[in-house]
Amino acid sequence: MSAAGEKDYQASPSPRLAPGAGRVVGQRVTRLEDAPLVRGDGMFAADVSFPRQLAMRVVRSPIAHGRLLSIDTAAARALPGVHAVWTAADVADIPPIPFRATKVRGLEPYCQPILAAGRVRYAGEPLAVVFADDAYLAEDAADLVVPDIEELPPVLDATAEPAEFLPGHSTEPTVVRKEYGDVAAAFRDAHAIVELALSVGRHSGVPLETRGAIARYDASRDLLELHGAAKKQHWNRDEIARLLGRPPAGVHLFEGHVGGGFGVRGELYPEDLLVCLAALRLRRPVKWIEDRREHMVATNHSRQQHHRIRAAVDGQGRLLAIDDVFFHDQGGYVRTHGARVVDLAAGMLPGPYRLPAYRVAGHFRLTNKTPAATYRAPGRFETTFVRERVMDAIAARLGLDRVEVRRRNLVTPAEMPHARPLDTLGTAVVLDSGDYPGLLDTALDRFGWTALQADLARRRGAGECVGAGIGFFVEKSGLGPSDGVRIAVDKTGGVELISGAASVGQGVETVLAQICAEALGIDYRRVRVVRGRTDRIEFGNGAHASRVTVMSGSATYRAALAVRAMALETAAGLLQAAASELSIVDGHVVRLADPGAPLMPLGEVARHMGPDSALMVGRTPGLSAERWFHSAHMTYPYGVHLAVVRIDRGTGEVRVERYLVANDIGRAINPMLVEGQLAGGFVQGLGGALFEEFRYDETGQPLSTTFADYLIPTLAEVPPLDLIVSEQAPSPLNPLGVKGAGEGGTNGVGAAIASAVDDALRRPGAVVSLPILPRTVHALLRT
Amino acid sequence: MHDVTLCLNGDVHRIRVEARRTLLDAIREDCGATGTHAGCEHGVCGACTVLLDGEPVRSCLMFAVQADGRELRTVEGLAKDGVLHKLQQSFIDHHALQCGYCTPGFLMLAAGLIEADPDLSDAALIDGLSANLCRCTGYANIVAAVRAVLGRAPS
Amino acid sequence: MKPAAFEYHAPRTLEEAVAVLARVAPEEGRVLAGGQTLVPAMALRLARPGHLVDINGVAGLDRIDVADGVVRIGACVRHAAVDAPGPMGRLMALMKRHIAHGPIRARGTFCGSLANADAASEWCLLAVAMDARVEVRSARGARILAVDDLLLGSMMTTLEPDEMIVAARIRLLPERARVGFHEFARRAGDFAQVMAVAVLGDDGPRLAIGSLEPRPRRLPEAEAALANDPVDLAAASRTAAAALLLPEEDAYLRALAETSVRRALEAAA
Repeated sequence: MSAAGEKDYQASPSPRLAPGAGRVVGQRVTRLEDAPLVRGDGMFAADVSFPRQLAMRVVRSPIAHGRLLSIDTAAARALPGVHAVWTAADVADIPPIPFRATKVRGLEPYCQPILAAGRVRYAGEPLAVVFADDAYLAEDAADLVVPDIEELPPVLDATAEPAEFLPGHSTEPTVVRKEYGDVAAAFRDAHAIVELALSVGRHSGVPLETRGAIARYDASRDLLELHGAAKKQHWNRDEIARLLGRPPAGVHLFEGHVGGGFGVRGELYPEDLLVCLAALRLRRPVKWIEDRREHMVATNHSRQQHHRIRAAVDGQGRLLAIDDVFFHDQGGYVRTHGARVVDLAAGMLPGPYRLPAYRVAGHFRLTNKTPAATYRAPGRFETTFVRERVMDAIAARLGLDRVEVRRRNLVTPAEMPHARPLDTLGTAVVLDSGDYPGLLDTALDRFGWTALQADLARRRGAGECVGAGIGFFVEKSGLGPSDGVRIAVDKTGGVELISGAASVGQGVETVLAQICAEALGIDYRRVRVVRGRTDRIEFGNGAHASRVTVMSGSATYRAALAVRAMALETAAGLLQAAASELSIVDGHVVRLADPGAPLMPLGEVARHMGPDSALMVGRTPGLSAERWFHSAHMTYPYGVHLAVVRIDRGTGEVRVERYLVANDIGRAINPMLVEGQLAGGFVQGLGGALFEEFRYDETGQPLSTTFADYLIPTLAEVPPLDLIVSEQAPSPLNPLGVKGAGEGGTNGVGAAIASAVDDALRRPGAVVSLPILPRTVHALLRT
Repeated sequence: MHDVTLCLNGDVHRIRVEARRTLLDAIREDCGATGTHAGCEHGVCGACTVLLDGEPVRSCLMFAVQADGRELRTVEGLAKDGVLHKLQQSFIDHHALQCGYCTPGFLMLAAGLIEADPDLSDAALIDGLSANLCRCTGYANIVAAVRAVLGRAPS
Repeated sequence: MKPAAFEYHAPRTLEEAVAVLARVAPEEGRVLAGGQTLVPAMALRLARPGHLVDINGVAGLDRIDVADGVVRIGACVRHAAVDAPGPMGRLMALMKRHIAHGPIRARGTFCGSLANADAASEWCLLAVAMDARVEVRSARGARILAVDDLLLGSMMTTLEPDEMIVAARIRLLPERARVGFHEFARRAGDFAQVMAVAVLGDDGPRLAIGSLEPRPRRLPEAEAALANDPVDLAAASRTAAAALLLPEEDAYLRALAETSVRRALEAAA
């Protein structure tokens, strides 16, 4: 876009949005997204259909590890209505799925091919694909495909000695190491050392909508379209184009409605490439809708880690050093995230505490399970559990109160910004702003922590097994490097906002519209937000890592300010006034001196800036602007989780009686949506703490392949939840002061519930693994 | 193949399907009403909940042939003359949806519950709504939305 | 997760139903009543019946009749509709709340649960606790089976492929009887980890437990202990738990048994 029609307002840093609630920013407005969704007018992947489409069905490995000797596809091919059956030999020209998010070298041999060739490495790995007239028939045909696999012993324990992955490559492709300070001296001089072995179970996002991918090739325009995309459209588009040997402009991705992302959806998976390839080769639209059982073995798992952690403290319980060795159970292949979760775990483990010395070694280990990657608060749900277990252990070891130990170690506001000699996701860890002790006090006070302790003591006296727990967390958000937004006002005063962001159902349209409306002086309902499609904007970094409100929100703010300045300048000419005397209120240009008297609707200004307007001769027409926001640093939200649990001595069942999440996110663009993120995130954390686990038997057979086996919490398991959305520490790193709100609800749940279960059991350190199962608790009650 | 007549939101659909075609697939693919969603296809999540003769059922656990001649209501039938059903409006007002995938199932479940018993107790409401899974909202706002329609305070 | 193909039959009379069933039984013919267990199994292709005989259109099978101190529950009576006079009705109400969720209870049937014989079925537990009898029909004739002679083990019964359950009969409880039920499941509506029924004040204490063994069972040793000392619920619960055959001497499961029996007893006491 040319700058001829606008001044380059980007040259000077945009002013910060004034603190406090605005006309629409900070307000609990209802969502723009909702009307079609409550009417059943949504367009989710399975709702996308094209004439003449074929259904794709994936034939998956029934065993965890083996040599793939042959695949008999004859019977499937012979079935009427079957158009093609492919195995690895048919797709040998397609490279394996690449990485998008790692700086670790040497992972390439561990990439996943789109169809297994030679080896199978997890139960559920794609072996073949069938293309048929409909989904029922495709499944019939897939049942007739018979693989011959020579079983090999599976690797199921990431803490065991590494085995051979391929000749010359072990099942440990890398160890992520980070270190600063004199760790050895700290341990040598420590007053006390605590040492723990802690495990987090394998669980994942498991959105209610499974994945789906629908590809069609439009030969008339030589365009390949992929529908059902999410999260990372532009990167995925570029890679699909590269892998299929097409120019990026000849491939377009379209995100419709998305039934939950949580980290797992929108990564580039084998099925995405297979439908694209099939659409090109078969010259018919190809639709693949993952079924739930497939989802449980095909879509990214997450979380499974085992930590051996030691902490050195002084006599007051102050941390001197942490030394952590952990083992990350990656599953059968390294997928698009590379070693990102290991890197995040290693970089984020120190959390909110002052830590003079730190050493971590994250062993990235391949096993014969479904490949793992990110899930909401990746590397943080795990390490917050681990770190907060350590803090509880220090309190127990030194006979200190659990809250007091944390208070002594929290980084104070005076120490902000707090730079750690650490990096994660390729950015230096600099805690940008925060009042950690302040939020701790606010949360404890709101929860009635002191009175609660007396009440729990009384209830214990009456025979109940009850306890309270705490977890403090630091999140990260707003991962750069950049995002752009284009805003255009039409002559009716309607606004189109085109963003390279994506939406996985969290309310991106509403939030960007609010920011745009606030800056521009219009009704947010006049803003039409375009996201998740590659044909409307050249670049985009999508929706992940709690980045959209920070990155695309800041770009929106800048673009809206630029449009506003253009509008005022044009209006000033038309109204014979100085631009500095004008403003925009409710979509009308007004005088600052008399804001109640509309002078000219914004659409009228846009009309004067149209291509036929005499005003625009020699300039690029349009009341529109594109602005970018760049960021080299992440911004770090933080918060406290508090829990009360009751244990049933007869069954070992843990019931969470009530819960509080306090999260400082700098500024809430829409507090209602922030609370929604925290509440939903909390229940996912609750699942990981008490219910959800992908279990395997000793041969590597997955045991959690239905919703009857993989236990997502229902309403009946969810306790009353109190939320504190704190805005005490705006981020200095963006003009809005915002930090991401997507993951704080999940981050600390394992930690707080473990702490509460310990307290109920009156046994510090009793909980060493998640999920906390009734059987385990029952055994703890008896030993 | 079987000739089946489905009365969907008051409209008669005459479709021809295999016996194995689930009611869910028939509603979506043969009647074109894609507001009803597949979440698990094995009867646990409730995303496919529809009203069969007024009663909430999992449409993934019935075959279309079994619904021949029966009255079916889906999310598309809730709004009347362009005006949202009070449950739909309440879901918007209470931010009872995020991704919206489970929403049609929850709306039909709730509609069935409150039509069967407008004086539904709070315990029965919680028990009834625990039938369906939501992965985004944490449920509290869904309960608040339905409570509001029942004329009750949020909690 | 699309079911494999089958042929669909919708008989209108019982005679027609058993005639069809006799014809299709050799080709994996199955009865379709509520379908809330069978259809998921078909979606997962764990079940691939060649024929389904849908009995929902057979007149009269959705009836509950009470006569001569017995409640007779027809083959198409849904979980939600299961009811009986007096304490038996109260016990049924206690139990059915735990059967999955409302939409499942609106379709699934009492007799279907018996025919399916899941170890964690509430109705199988009730039937065992109360010595229920089932009416079985085939084209070859009718027979009446004690539930003990029906249930073989987890998902196994003595029904022949051409037979169907027409109704279950359960003796009513006298007004003085007190009933208790306890169930522990991981989440609301999940299959029970353990469940127990206690009936006191009838012809003698009745105790039964489900989910831990392949089929529910009465607990005669505990019943005897209770008859002997009606006050010592703890001892009876321990006796109950000790009677179970559990894999690898699982202390947790035995403790669950004790807890569940104790709570069912306390609820009934």
